[in-house]
Amino acid sequence: MRFSGFRVIAEALTGHKGWKPLWRNPDPQPAYDYVIVGGGGHGLATAYYLAKTFRQARIAVLEKGWLGSGNIGRNTTIIRSNYLLPGNEPFYEFSMKLWEGLEQEFNFNAMVSQRGILNLIHTDGQRDAYRRRGNAMLLAGADAELLNRDQVREMAPYLNFDNARFPIKGGLVQRRAGTARHDGVAWGYARGADIHGVDLIQNCEVTGFRIENGRVLGVETSRGYIGAGKVGVAVAGSSSRVMAMAGMRLPIESHVLQAFVSEGLKPLIPGVITFGAGHFYVSQSDKGGLVFGGDIDGYNSYAQRGNLPVIEDVAEGGMALMPMIGRARLLRTWGGIMDMSMDGTPIIDKTPVEGLFLNAGWCYGGFKATPASGYAFAHLLATGQTHDTTRFMRLDRFERGHVIDEKGMGAQPNLH
Amino acid sequence: MLIPHPLLGPRDAQEFTYLGDASLLNRPDGMAEGALPAFCDYVYLRDNPAGIHRELWFHEQGDRSWLVVTRNTLTHEILGAELARDVALRRQK
Repeated sequence: MRFSGFRVIAEALTGHKGWKPLWRNPDPQPAYDYVIVGGGGHGLATAYYLAKTFRQARIAVLEKGWLGSGNIGRNTTIIRSNYLLPGNEPFYEFSMKLWEGLEQEFNFNAMVSQRGILNLIHTDGQRDAYRRRGNAMLLAGADAELLNRDQVREMAPYLNFDNARFPIKGGLVQRRAGTARHDGVAWGYARGADIHGVDLIQNCEVTGFRIENGRVLGVETSRGYIGAGKVGVAVAGSSSRVMAMAGMRLPIESHVLQAFVSEGLKPLIPGVITFGAGHFYVSQSDKGGLVFGGDIDGYNSYAQRGNLPVIEDVAEGGMALMPMIGRARLLRTWGGIMDMSMDGTPIIDKTPVEGLFLNAGWCYGGFKATPASGYAFAHLLATGQTHDTTRFMRLDRFERGHVIDEKGMGAQPNLH
Repeated sequence: MLIPHPLLGPRDAQEFTYLGDASLLNRPDGMAEGALPAFCDYVYLRDNPAGIHRELWFHEQGDRSWLVVTRNTLTHEILGAELARDVALRRQK
């Protein structure tokens, strides 16, 4: 069933009786060539590209809850490729290019909206840092533009330009960045994977791995044993728990990140704006709510909810940047569990167990990476070779001393 | 979260900064055989449990003592706190 404008009109005229569920709900087979653990954005994207682009068959996605029930439904929907380091930027730009063609690729409305991201500059030193970052982005084929104070004022006249402590001196803008409908991304990949024969198995929790002679043979699940040629784990937030069942310890701590949405307002914020003097970023959803967030709470957590001090800190950041936000009422706050890695960069790699592959450590940058993460992980699973854009995101980079530390914070996960 | 400081009583967690797993107290011997892989594990690898977690908090806005706090990472319930010094001295005995 393809979606099109014509079909929407035809259904409207016939009482919307022709719409069908977007995917099957199959029972698990005894064995598959590929088992993907985790039915979130990255797992579903992996299964989709594995089936469609790499033309593999006999694929299952195992999901403990329902599809898209983790961080794909909890993030602040921002897509961008404004990274600095050579180990990161080409990967995120690859992801940005996949975003640009995504809706045509999987024939589903993911509401990809390239309305731009503006990183504000408050000091001369910060301008130098952002100029350098912008140049790194241009070198990787992304777009970047340095704005002066007047150009920023034209884009967002309501910002607090006269703040004595944090005056706005300019901004770095990536116009191709923007937002996407996060749930729609999961549904689009799920539907696309299902169309290409992937079994999406929900309410199926992996409870162990069957490993013999250093090779994975399959997974124990709450719905029985499932044999597998290769197993790919994409369960960010719970990576340590799942990989512990395979006897591995990871360079990861789980932390809670909160997000916020205000009541619906008239169109106000054109794109995404980030405060450069505190951790605060904001965009506006199509329903009108201001969607914003800040730092992680900073202590190990699997609770999917945070505490008040961070809410206060985010509110202070918002008030410093755009005082009018104080008139808006906060509608909801929620939390998601992040895989905070030791250098702030993800891991897409094989593991010491043959046939077992890992996609983890997304910190709080996982959503924008969804298409490229799925593509690169599918590439690794199908060919056994690392995709070119993830060749630095190796599991053994820590012991080799080749960390990718975008912020230069060292092995302290709550500072990345 | 309120942390039951052994000397000062219940204190707001905001007064503290968080370091991580209390196993960081067990620094490997840099001169011993196999120190390199031991330090790699020490610096980079974590158990990261869902449930009871012993962890280091620094009372930065208070008496600047290091505490070992026992906390449930699934509920944020704090089950106890002791001075990291006491934990380290006990381990040496």
